[in-house]
Amino acid sequence: MAEIIVVTSGKGGVGKTTSSAAIGTGLALKGFKTVLIDFDVGLRNLDLIMGCERRVVYDFVNVINKEATLNQALIRDKRTENLYILPASQTRDKDALSVEGVETVLNELAESFDYIVCDSPAGIEKGAQLALYFADTAIVVTNPEVSSVRDSDRILGVLQSKSRKAEQGGTVKEHLLLTRYNPARVDAGEMLSVEDVKEILAIPLLGVVPESEAVLKASNQGVPVILDADSDAGKAYDDAIARFLGEDREHRFLNVERKGFLSRVFGRKG
Amino acid sequence: MGILNYFRSNKQTSASVAKERLQVLVAYERNQRTQPDYLPQMQQEILAVIAKYVDVSTEDIQINLDEDCSILELNVTLPEKG
Repeated sequence: MAEIIVVTSGKGGVGKTTSSAAIGTGLALKGFKTVLIDFDVGLRNLDLIMGCERRVVYDFVNVINKEATLNQALIRDKRTENLYILPASQTRDKDALSVEGVETVLNELAESFDYIVCDSPAGIEKGAQLALYFADTAIVVTNPEVSSVRDSDRILGVLQSKSRKAEQGGTVKEHLLLTRYNPARVDAGEMLSVEDVKEILAIPLLGVVPESEAVLKASNQGVPVILDADSDAGKAYDDAIARFLGEDREHRFLNVERKGFLSRVFGRKG
Repeated sequence: MGILNYFRSNKQTSASVAKERLQVLVAYERNQRTQPDYLPQMQQEILAVIAKYVDVSTEDIQINLDEDCSILELNVTLPEKG
């Protein structure tokens, strides 16, 4: 039986798709058969971040409407074994997804996959609610910034009341993934710290991803940032996946890195 | 650093302002989430009844419902006799 993970945030632009791509790839790298589903109907972008935008033929809505089979719509990732992408529809209206339709597709996927990673659209409307409805686990992507933290708390409220798990009297497992973290600004008192956000949201911390040039570089090229194994963001996502799978890894990138003499002189970036 | 911190501590950083604002807001919104949907309207209707007899305003009335809905607590601050 597959574990269904929703990557959600409430607020847009905090790094949901970047994180979904990294998490899905990370799980597949560990040997788990993983499928990434883009729930952002009308505004799909996961395909672009994964670098498979030119291979999209059929999409999620086609499968729900039985215009294509799941096998026809699934895109096999060319870089990472065990990884598949189910793209969102680009042209259809938002109401194309239904609870029953999504459930049928998830059930079929659950037969052959270990992990189903659902990339949620922003907001708390139907698309976002459907993305989280069937989830066993939620990864809440948050930036250390007031509106993002507030929206994360709202989406936690939705998870605790409107998910299937909640309706059945259970709970969705919650993880906090803090992204775009800038330790220098935290030190200067200009940015909420990890501890601040943890205290306010009161959910366990899965990882902290530093604000990183590697993220834009990776999305420019359509490569999930976790594959840039030398980058700080790549390492942070790798740590997060290890923790997700039960490994005990210390958090990195929480403090300002002291530059060595040479890198100061030559201005090299770490 | 010690001296620097001393001067810094006198002024509240923007991050600590953000944290305080969020703590207040999140606590308020969580409370709103857990209360039943009918509470705001019931509050208004009770207030309307009280206002018919006593001079009170919205701020003078507080309604709390405990979680399993078994106790309804109603607090009305009556105006002081002039």
